[in-house]
Amino acid sequence: MTALLLRDLRLAIRAGGGFGLGLAFFLIVVVLVPFGVGPQSELLSRIAAGTLWIGALLACLLSLDRIFALDWEDGSLDLLATAPLPMEAIAAVKALAHWLTTGLPLVFAAPVLAILLNLPPAGYGPLVLSLLLGTPALSMIGTFGAALTVGLKRGGLLLSLLVLPLYVPTLIFGAEAARRGMDGFDTTTPMLMLAGITCGTIALLPFAAAAVLRVNLR
Amino acid sequence: MPSLWEYANPKKFIDTTSRVTPWLFVAAFLCLVTGLTWGFFFTPDDFRQGSTVKIIYLHVPSALMAINAWLMMLVASLIWIVRRHHVSALAARAAAPVGVVMTLIALATGAIWGQPMWGTWWAWDPRLTSFLILFLFYLGYIALWEAIENDDTAADLTSILCLVGSVFALLSRYAVNFWNQGLHQGASLSLDKEENVHDVFYHPLLICIAGFVLLFLALVFLRTQTEIRARRMRALLARERLTA
Repeated sequence: MTALLLRDLRLAIRAGGGFGLGLAFFLIVVVLVPFGVGPQSELLSRIAAGTLWIGALLACLLSLDRIFALDWEDGSLDLLATAPLPMEAIAAVKALAHWLTTGLPLVFAAPVLAILLNLPPAGYGPLVLSLLLGTPALSMIGTFGAALTVGLKRGGLLLSLLVLPLYVPTLIFGAEAARRGMDGFDTTTPMLMLAGITCGTIALLPFAAAAVLRVNLR
Repeated sequence: MPSLWEYANPKKFIDTTSRVTPWLFVAAFLCLVTGLTWGFFFTPDDFRQGSTVKIIYLHVPSALMAINAWLMMLVASLIWIVRRHHVSALAARAAAPVGVVMTLIALATGAIWGQPMWGTWWAWDPRLTSFLILFLFYLGYIALWEAIENDDTAADLTSILCLVGSVFALLSRYAVNFWNQGLHQGASLSLDKEENVHDVFYHPLLICIAGFVLLFLALVFLRTQTEIRARRMRALLARERLTA
Protein backbone atom coordinates (compact mmCIF):
# COMPACT_ATOMS: atom_id res chain seq x y z
CA MET A 1 0.00 0.00 0.00
CA THR A 2 2.78 2.39 0.90
CA ALA A 3 4.53 1.51 -2.34
CA LEU A 4 1.40 2.31 -4.33
CA LEU A 5 0.92 5.56 -2.45
CA LEU A 6 4.53 6.62 -3.01
CA ARG A 7 4.30 5.69 -6.68
CA ASP A 8 1.17 7.77 -7.16
CA LEU A 9 2.65 10.72 -5.31
CA ARG A 10 5.87 10.53 -7.31
CA LEU A 11 3.95 10.29 -10.57
CA ALA A 12 1.77 13.25 -9.66
CA ILE A 13 4.74 15.43 -8.79
CA ARG A 14 7.15 14.42 -11.54
CA ALA A 15 4.73 14.08 -14.43
CA GLY A 16 3.85 17.73 -14.01
CA GLY A 17 0.43 19.21 -14.62
CA GLY A 18 -1.56 17.18 -12.13
CA PHE A 19 0.06 18.63 -9.06
CA GLY A 20 0.04 22.28 -9.98
CA LEU A 21 -3.12 22.26 -12.03
CA GLY A 22 -5.53 22.17 -9.10
CA LEU A 23 -3.70 24.94 -7.30
CA ALA A 24 -3.50 27.08 -10.43
CA PHE A 25 -7.20 26.62 -11.06
CA PHE A 26 -7.98 27.55 -7.45
CA LEU A 27 -5.91 30.70 -7.86
CA ILE A 28 -7.68 31.56 -11.13
CA VAL A 29 -11.15 31.19 -9.62
CA VAL A 30 -10.29 33.32 -6.60
CA VAL A 31 -8.62 36.00 -8.70
CA LEU A 32 -11.46 36.15 -11.21
CA VAL A 33 -14.27 36.50 -8.67
CA PRO A 34 -13.46 40.13 -7.72
CA PHE A 35 -13.44 41.02 -11.41
CA GLY A 36 -16.83 39.41 -11.76
CA VAL A 37 -18.62 40.84 -8.74
CA GLY A 38 -16.79 44.11 -8.33
CA PRO A 39 -14.04 45.27 -5.97
CA GLN A 40 -16.09 46.43 -2.93
CA SER A 41 -14.30 44.90 0.03
CA GLU A 42 -17.43 44.42 2.21
CA LEU A 43 -19.10 42.42 -0.54
CA LEU A 44 -15.95 40.37 -1.12
CA SER A 45 -15.47 39.61 2.55
CA ARG A 46 -19.07 38.46 2.76
CA ILE A 47 -18.70 35.95 -0.07
CA ALA A 48 -15.06 35.04 0.67
CA ALA A 49 -15.70 31.77 2.52
CA GLY A 50 -18.16 30.50 -0.06
CA THR A 51 -15.93 31.48 -2.98
CA LEU A 52 -12.95 29.70 -1.47
CA TRP A 53 -15.03 26.58 -0.92
CA ILE A 54 -16.39 26.61 -4.46
CA GLY A 55 -12.89 27.21 -5.83
CA ALA A 56 -11.53 24.28 -3.84
CA LEU A 57 -14.38 22.06 -5.02
CA LEU A 58 -13.90 22.97 -8.68
CA ALA A 59 -10.15 22.50 -8.43
CA CYS A 60 -10.81 19.04 -6.98
CA LEU A 61 -13.30 18.25 -9.72
CA LEU A 62 -10.81 19.24 -12.40
CA SER A 63 -8.20 16.73 -11.32
CA LEU A 64 -10.55 13.79 -10.75
CA ASP A 65 -10.24 12.03 -14.09
CA ARG A 66 -6.49 11.68 -13.51
CA ILE A 67 -7.07 9.33 -10.61
CA PHE A 68 -7.62 6.24 -12.75
CA ALA A 69 -7.48 7.33 -16.39
CA LEU A 70 -3.71 7.07 -16.91
CA ASP A 71 -3.45 3.76 -15.06
CA TRP A 72 -6.35 2.48 -17.12
CA GLU A 73 -4.78 3.48 -20.41
CA ASP A 74 -1.37 1.92 -19.87
CA GLY A 75 -2.78 -1.20 -18.24
CA SER A 76 -1.28 -0.73 -14.80
CA LEU A 77 -4.78 -0.81 -13.34
CA ASP A 78 -5.12 -4.42 -14.55
CA LEU A 79 -1.82 -5.24 -12.90
CA LEU A 80 -2.96 -3.58 -9.69
CA ALA A 81 -6.16 -5.59 -9.81
CA THR A 82 -4.22 -8.86 -9.99
CA ALA A 83 -1.90 -7.76 -7.18
CA PRO A 84 -2.49 -9.24 -3.72
CA LEU A 85 -3.82 -5.87 -2.57
CA PRO A 86 -7.64 -5.85 -2.30
CA MET A 87 -9.46 -3.52 -4.69
CA GLU A 88 -10.92 -1.57 -1.78
CA ALA A 89 -7.42 -0.72 -0.56
CA ILE A 90 -6.40 0.39 -4.05
CA ALA A 91 -9.38 2.75 -4.21
CA ALA A 92 -8.64 4.11 -0.74
CA VAL A 93 -4.95 4.66 -1.52
CA LYS A 94 -5.80 6.35 -4.79
CA ALA A 95 -8.14 8.70 -2.94
CA LEU A 96 -5.48 9.39 -0.33
CA ALA A 97 -2.91 10.17 -3.02
CA HIS A 98 -5.40 12.48 -4.73
CA TRP A 99 -6.06 14.25 -1.46
CA LEU A 100 -2.36 14.66 -0.67
CA THR A 101 -1.66 16.13 -4.11
CA THR A 102 -4.82 18.23 -4.51
CA GLY A 103 -6.79 18.67 -1.29
CA LEU A 104 -3.94 19.33 1.11
CA PRO A 105 -2.22 22.00 -1.06
CA LEU A 106 -5.61 23.70 -1.38
CA VAL A 107 -5.95 23.77 2.39
CA PHE A 108 -2.58 25.51 2.67
CA ALA A 109 -3.27 27.88 -0.21
CA ALA A 110 -6.72 28.90 1.05
CA PRO A 111 -5.62 31.30 3.84
CA VAL A 112 -3.22 33.03 1.45
CA LEU A 113 -5.89 33.51 -1.16
CA ALA A 114 -8.35 34.53 1.57
CA ILE A 115 -6.29 37.70 1.98
CA LEU A 116 -7.14 38.60 -1.61
CA LEU A 117 -10.84 38.25 -0.81
CA ASN A 118 -10.59 40.28 2.39
CA LEU A 119 -11.76 37.49 4.70
CA PRO A 120 -12.37 38.78 8.25
CA PRO A 121 -9.66 37.66 10.69
CA ALA A 122 -12.06 35.48 12.67
CA GLY A 123 -12.72 33.40 9.56
CA TYR A 124 -9.25 31.96 8.96
CA GLY A 125 -9.33 29.22 11.58
CA PRO A 126 -12.78 27.84 10.67
CA LEU A 127 -12.01 28.10 6.94
CA VAL A 128 -8.82 26.05 7.18
CA LEU A 129 -10.39 23.57 9.59
CA SER A 130 -13.48 23.09 7.41
CA LEU A 131 -11.35 22.58 4.30
CA LEU A 132 -9.13 20.17 6.17
CA LEU A 133 -12.18 18.18 7.27
CA GLY A 134 -14.07 18.42 4.00
CA THR A 135 -11.54 17.91 1.21
CA PRO A 136 -10.90 14.21 2.06
CA ALA A 137 -14.61 13.61 1.40
CA LEU A 138 -14.28 15.43 -1.93
CA SER A 139 -11.36 13.18 -2.91
CA MET A 140 -13.12 10.01 -1.83
CA ILE A 141 -16.39 10.84 -3.62
CA GLY A 142 -14.37 11.86 -6.66
CA THR A 143 -12.52 8.55 -6.63
CA PHE A 144 -15.86 6.76 -6.77
CA GLY A 145 -16.94 8.96 -9.67
CA ALA A 146 -13.63 8.42 -11.48
CA ALA A 147 -13.99 4.66 -11.00
CA LEU A 148 -17.50 4.81 -12.49
CA THR A 149 -16.40 6.56 -15.65
CA VAL A 150 -12.94 5.05 -16.11
CA GLY A 151 -13.92 2.88 -19.07
CA LEU A 152 -15.50 5.69 -21.04
CA LYS A 153 -13.81 7.50 -23.89
CA ARG A 154 -14.94 10.98 -22.98
CA GLY A 155 -15.83 10.49 -19.35
CA GLY A 156 -14.81 13.95 -18.17
CA LEU A 157 -18.12 15.72 -18.66
CA LEU A 158 -20.12 12.78 -17.40
CA LEU A 159 -17.85 12.55 -14.38
CA SER A 160 -18.64 16.15 -13.43
CA LEU A 161 -22.36 15.57 -13.88
CA LEU A 162 -22.28 12.45 -11.71
CA VAL A 163 -20.10 13.90 -8.98
CA LEU A 164 -21.76 17.31 -8.77
CA PRO A 165 -24.89 16.26 -6.82
CA LEU A 166 -22.76 13.99 -4.63
CA TYR A 167 -20.68 17.00 -3.59
CA VAL A 168 -23.67 19.04 -2.44
CA PRO A 169 -23.85 17.96 1.24
CA THR A 170 -20.09 18.43 1.74
CA LEU A 171 -20.21 21.87 0.18
CA ILE A 172 -23.23 22.92 2.24
CA PHE A 173 -21.73 21.96 5.57
CA GLY A 174 -18.21 23.09 4.69
CA ALA A 175 -19.21 26.52 3.45
CA GLU A 176 -21.70 26.91 6.30
CA ALA A 177 -18.97 26.17 8.87
CA ALA A 178 -16.59 28.64 7.26
CA ARG A 179 -19.31 31.29 7.04
CA ARG A 180 -20.42 30.87 10.62
CA GLY A 181 -16.83 31.09 11.78
CA MET A 182 -16.40 34.28 9.78
CA ASP A 183 -19.45 35.85 11.42
CA GLY A 184 -18.29 34.76 14.86
CA PHE A 185 -21.00 32.15 15.44
CA ASP A 186 -20.56 28.70 16.89
CA THR A 187 -19.28 26.28 14.24
CA THR A 188 -19.54 23.00 16.19
CA THR A 189 -22.61 21.57 14.44
CA PRO A 190 -21.57 22.04 10.79
CA MET A 191 -18.00 20.97 11.63
CA LEU A 192 -19.27 17.77 13.23
CA MET A 193 -21.58 17.09 10.28
CA LEU A 194 -18.69 17.70 7.89
CA ALA A 195 -16.45 15.33 9.85
CA GLY A 196 -19.30 12.81 9.85
CA ILE A 197 -19.65 12.99 6.07
CA THR A 198 -15.91 12.58 5.61
CA CYS A 199 -15.72 9.59 7.96
CA GLY A 200 -18.78 8.03 6.33
CA THR A 201 -17.44 8.40 2.81
CA ILE A 202 -14.02 7.04 3.82
CA ALA A 203 -15.69 4.08 5.50
CA LEU A 204 -18.15 3.17 2.74
CA LEU A 205 -17.14 4.54 -0.63
CA PRO A 206 -13.96 2.44 -1.09
CA PHE A 207 -16.26 -0.58 -1.27
CA ALA A 208 -18.51 1.06 -3.86
CA ALA A 209 -15.50 2.27 -5.85
CA ALA A 210 -13.95 -1.20 -5.74
CA ALA A 211 -17.18 -2.84 -6.90
CA VAL A 212 -17.38 -0.38 -9.79
CA LEU A 213 -13.72 -0.93 -10.72
CA ARG A 214 -14.24 -4.69 -10.79
CA VAL A 215 -17.17 -4.24 -13.17
CA ASN A 216 -15.12 -1.94 -15.40
CA LEU A 217 -12.14 -4.31 -15.50
CA ARG A 218 -14.30 -7.32 -16.35
CA MET B 1 -47.21 -21.51 -6.04
CA PRO B 2 -46.98 -18.40 -8.21
CA SER B 3 -44.27 -16.02 -7.16
CA LEU B 4 -43.23 -12.53 -8.09
CA TRP B 5 -39.94 -13.85 -9.45
CA GLU B 6 -41.76 -15.50 -12.36
CA TYR B 7 -41.81 -12.05 -13.92
CA ALA B 8 -38.02 -12.13 -14.03
CA ASN B 9 -38.59 -14.19 -17.16
CA PRO B 10 -38.79 -11.57 -19.94
CA LYS B 11 -41.36 -13.56 -21.91
CA LYS B 12 -43.64 -13.97 -18.94
CA PHE B 13 -43.15 -10.29 -18.12
CA ILE B 14 -44.07 -9.16 -21.63
CA ASP B 15 -47.04 -11.52 -21.83
CA THR B 16 -48.53 -10.29 -18.59
CA THR B 17 -47.73 -6.61 -18.84
CA SER B 18 -48.78 -6.23 -22.45
CA ARG B 19 -52.21 -7.50 -21.42
CA VAL B 20 -52.33 -5.16 -18.40
CA THR B 21 -50.78 -2.01 -19.91
CA PRO B 22 -53.72 -0.88 -22.11
CA TRP B 23 -56.06 -1.17 -19.13
CA LEU B 24 -53.62 0.81 -17.02
CA PHE B 25 -53.57 3.55 -19.64
CA VAL B 26 -57.36 3.61 -19.77
CA ALA B 27 -57.63 3.70 -15.98
CA ALA B 28 -54.98 6.42 -15.75
CA PHE B 29 -56.76 8.46 -18.40
CA LEU B 30 -60.13 8.11 -16.61
CA CYS B 31 -58.64 9.01 -13.25
CA LEU B 32 -56.79 12.03 -14.61
CA VAL B 33 -59.79 13.31 -16.53
CA THR B 34 -62.13 12.90 -13.56
CA GLY B 35 -59.64 14.19 -11.02
CA LEU B 36 -58.51 17.19 -13.05
CA THR B 37 -61.98 18.17 -14.22
CA TRP B 38 -63.35 17.85 -10.72
CA GLY B 39 -60.35 19.68 -9.31
CA PHE B 40 -60.23 22.48 -11.85
CA PHE B 41 -63.91 23.20 -12.36
CA PHE B 42 -65.93 21.86 -9.45
CA THR B 43 -63.96 22.97 -6.41
CA PRO B 44 -64.23 26.41 -4.85
CA ASP B 45 -61.37 28.86 -4.90
CA ASP B 46 -59.24 28.98 -1.80
CA PHE B 47 -60.06 32.08 0.24
CA ARG B 48 -56.45 33.17 0.35
CA GLN B 49 -54.82 31.64 -2.71
CA GLY B 50 -57.68 32.12 -5.13
CA SER B 51 -57.73 29.77 -8.07
CA THR B 52 -53.98 29.16 -7.98
CA VAL B 53 -54.62 26.50 -5.36
CA LYS B 54 -55.73 24.23 -8.19
CA ILE B 55 -52.20 23.63 -9.39
CA ILE B 56 -52.01 21.25 -6.44
CA TYR B 57 -53.65 18.63 -8.68
CA LEU B 58 -50.57 18.51 -10.86
CA HIS B 59 -47.88 19.57 -8.45
CA VAL B 60 -48.43 17.18 -5.56
CA PRO B 61 -48.93 13.98 -7.61
CA SER B 62 -45.95 14.67 -9.87
CA ALA B 63 -43.70 15.48 -6.92
CA LEU B 64 -44.86 12.30 -5.22
CA MET B 65 -44.15 10.23 -8.32
CA ALA B 66 -40.76 11.87 -8.85
CA ILE B 67 -39.62 10.52 -5.49
CA ASN B 68 -41.39 7.19 -5.86
CA ALA B 69 -39.85 6.63 -9.28
CA TRP B 70 -36.41 6.97 -7.72
CA LEU B 71 -37.45 4.56 -4.96
CA MET B 72 -38.64 2.09 -7.57
CA MET B 73 -35.31 2.43 -9.38
CA LEU B 74 -33.53 1.80 -6.09
CA VAL B 75 -35.50 -1.40 -5.46
CA ALA B 76 -35.00 -2.55 -9.04
CA SER B 77 -31.27 -1.83 -8.81
CA LEU B 78 -31.04 -3.84 -5.61
CA ILE B 79 -32.85 -6.76 -7.24
CA TRP B 80 -30.44 -6.56 -10.17
CA ILE B 81 -27.40 -6.54 -7.88
CA VAL B 82 -28.66 -9.38 -5.71
CA ARG B 83 -30.49 -11.66 -8.14
CA ARG B 84 -29.29 -10.41 -11.53
CA HIS B 85 -32.66 -10.41 -13.28
CA HIS B 86 -32.30 -8.48 -16.51
CA VAL B 87 -35.92 -7.33 -16.49
CA SER B 88 -35.27 -5.58 -13.21
CA ALA B 89 -32.30 -3.62 -14.58
CA LEU B 90 -34.31 -2.66 -17.66
CA ALA B 91 -37.25 -1.57 -15.53
CA ALA B 92 -34.93 0.74 -13.59
CA ARG B 93 -33.65 2.13 -16.86
CA ALA B 94 -37.21 2.58 -18.13
CA ALA B 95 -38.34 4.41 -15.02
CA ALA B 96 -35.60 7.06 -15.09
CA PRO B 97 -36.90 9.24 -17.96
CA VAL B 98 -40.42 9.07 -16.53
CA GLY B 99 -39.04 10.15 -13.18
CA VAL B 100 -37.12 13.04 -14.68
CA VAL B 101 -40.25 14.30 -16.42
CA MET B 102 -42.20 14.08 -13.16
CA THR B 103 -39.45 16.07 -11.44
CA LEU B 104 -39.61 18.69 -14.18
CA ILE B 105 -43.40 18.93 -13.92
CA ALA B 106 -43.14 19.39 -10.17
CA LEU B 107 -40.46 22.08 -10.55
CA ALA B 108 -42.32 23.89 -13.34
CA THR B 109 -45.74 23.88 -11.68
CA GLY B 110 -44.09 24.92 -8.44
CA ALA B 111 -42.47 27.89 -10.17
CA ILE B 112 -45.74 28.87 -11.85
CA TRP B 113 -47.52 28.74 -8.51
CA GLY B 114 -44.69 30.44 -6.67
CA GLN B 115 -44.65 33.51 -8.89
CA PRO B 116 -48.03 34.94 -7.81
CA MET B 117 -47.94 33.46 -4.29
CA TRP B 118 -44.40 33.99 -3.08
CA GLY B 119 -43.59 36.69 -5.61
CA THR B 120 -40.72 34.68 -7.06
CA TRP B 121 -40.28 31.88 -9.57
CA TRP B 122 -37.52 30.27 -7.62
CA ALA B 123 -36.25 30.40 -4.08
CA TRP B 124 -33.39 28.43 -2.57
CA ASP B 125 -35.78 26.69 -0.28
CA PRO B 126 -34.91 23.22 1.09
CA ARG B 127 -37.63 21.41 -0.83
CA LEU B 128 -36.99 23.19 -4.09
CA THR B 129 -33.28 22.70 -3.75
CA SER B 130 -33.53 19.01 -2.98
CA PHE B 131 -35.76 18.57 -6.02
CA LEU B 132 -33.18 20.30 -8.15
CA ILE B 133 -30.56 17.90 -6.77
CA LEU B 134 -32.87 14.97 -7.48
CA PHE B 135 -33.16 16.26 -11.04
CA LEU B 136 -29.36 16.28 -11.35
CA PHE B 137 -29.23 12.73 -10.02
CA TYR B 138 -31.72 11.62 -12.65
CA LEU B 139 -29.71 13.31 -15.40
CA GLY B 140 -26.48 11.68 -14.28
CA TYR B 141 -28.14 8.29 -14.03
CA ILE B 142 -29.63 8.50 -17.52
CA ALA B 143 -26.39 9.86 -18.98
CA LEU B 144 -24.41 6.97 -17.50
CA TRP B 145 -26.84 4.45 -19.00
CA GLU B 146 -26.48 6.07 -22.38
CA ALA B 147 -22.71 6.37 -22.25
CA ILE B 148 -21.86 2.71 -21.69
CA GLU B 149 -22.14 0.32 -24.59
CA ASN B 150 -22.06 -3.03 -22.85
CA ASP B 151 -25.51 -3.67 -21.38
CA ASP B 152 -24.45 -5.66 -18.34
CA THR B 153 -21.67 -3.24 -17.45
CA ALA B 154 -24.10 -0.35 -17.77
CA ALA B 155 -26.66 -2.12 -15.57
CA ASP B 156 -24.04 -2.85 -12.91
CA LEU B 157 -22.57 0.65 -12.85
CA THR B 158 -25.90 2.46 -12.88
CA SER B 159 -27.32 0.29 -10.12
CA ILE B 160 -24.33 1.04 -7.89
CA LEU B 161 -24.68 4.72 -8.77
CA CYS B 162 -28.35 4.51 -7.82
CA LEU B 163 -27.50 3.02 -4.41
CA VAL B 164 -24.76 5.56 -3.64
CA GLY B 165 -26.89 8.35 -5.08
CA SER B 166 -29.83 7.44 -2.85
CA VAL B 167 -27.68 7.78 0.26
CA PHE B 168 -26.40 11.15 -0.92
CA ALA B 169 -29.86 12.31 -1.98
CA LEU B 170 -31.14 11.62 1.54
CA LEU B 171 -28.10 13.36 2.99
CA SER B 172 -28.69 16.38 0.77
CA ARG B 173 -32.33 16.47 1.81
CA TYR B 174 -31.32 17.01 5.43
CA ALA B 175 -28.31 19.15 4.59
CA VAL B 176 -30.40 21.73 2.75
CA ASN B 177 -32.81 21.84 5.68
CA PHE B 178 -29.89 22.88 7.81
CA TRP B 179 -28.67 25.33 5.21
CA ASN B 180 -31.79 27.42 4.69
CA GLN B 181 -35.16 27.81 6.32
CA GLY B 182 -37.96 27.17 3.91
CA LEU B 183 -40.70 29.10 2.23
CA HIS B 184 -42.46 25.93 1.19
CA GLN B 185 -45.41 24.82 3.29
CA GLY B 186 -45.41 21.53 5.16
CA ALA B 187 -46.50 18.23 3.69
CA SER B 188 -49.85 18.38 1.90
CA LEU B 189 -50.52 14.75 2.70
CA SER B 190 -49.32 12.64 5.57
CA LEU B 191 -50.31 9.32 6.98
CA ASP B 192 -50.23 10.31 10.63
CA LYS B 193 -52.40 13.38 10.43
CA GLU B 194 -56.15 13.39 9.95
CA GLU B 195 -56.37 16.23 7.48
CA ASN B 196 -53.97 18.81 6.08
CA VAL B 197 -56.00 19.71 3.03
CA HIS B 198 -59.71 20.40 3.20
CA ASP B 199 -61.97 17.57 2.00
CA VAL B 200 -63.20 19.64 -0.93
CA PHE B 201 -59.68 19.65 -2.37
CA TYR B 202 -58.68 16.31 -0.89
CA HIS B 203 -60.90 13.89 -2.84
CA PRO B 204 -60.06 15.09 -6.36
CA LEU B 205 -56.39 15.21 -5.28
CA LEU B 206 -56.53 11.53 -4.32
CA ILE B 207 -57.99 10.67 -7.73
CA CYS B 208 -55.26 12.67 -9.45
CA ILE B 209 -52.60 10.87 -7.44
CA ALA B 210 -54.13 7.53 -8.42
CA GLY B 211 -54.09 8.71 -12.04
CA PHE B 212 -50.41 9.63 -11.85
CA VAL B 213 -49.53 6.31 -10.20
CA LEU B 214 -51.39 4.38 -12.90
CA LEU B 215 -49.83 6.48 -15.63
CA PHE B 216 -46.37 5.88 -14.17
CA LEU B 217 -46.96 2.12 -14.01
CA ALA B 218 -48.30 2.02 -17.56
CA LEU B 219 -45.37 4.04 -18.92
CA VAL B 220 -42.79 1.97 -17.06
CA PHE B 221 -44.38 -1.28 -18.29
CA LEU B 222 -44.48 -0.01 -21.84
CA ARG B 223 -40.91 1.29 -21.77
CA THR B 224 -39.62 -1.92 -20.17
CA GLN B 225 -41.29 -3.96 -22.91
CA THR B 226 -39.66 -1.73 -25.48
CA GLU B 227 -36.26 -2.16 -23.85
CA ILE B 228 -36.67 -5.95 -23.75
CA ARG B 229 -37.74 -6.08 -27.39
CA ALA B 230 -34.94 -3.75 -28.47
CA ARG B 231 -32.40 -5.92 -26.73
CA ARG B 232 -33.87 -9.08 -28.24
CA MET B 233 -33.76 -7.49 -31.68
CA ARG B 234 -30.12 -6.54 -31.24
CA ALA B 235 -29.35 -10.13 -30.24
CA LEU B 236 -31.19 -11.46 -33.31
CA LEU B 237 -29.39 -9.06 -35.62
CA ALA B 238 -26.06 -10.04 -34.14
CA ARG B 239 -26.88 -13.72 -34.61
CA GLU B 240 -27.93 -13.11 -38.22
CA ARG B 241 -24.69 -11.32 -38.94
CA LEU B 242 -22.76 -14.26 -37.50
CA THR B 243 -24.53 -16.84 -39.65
CA ALA B 244 -24.58 -14.78 -42.82
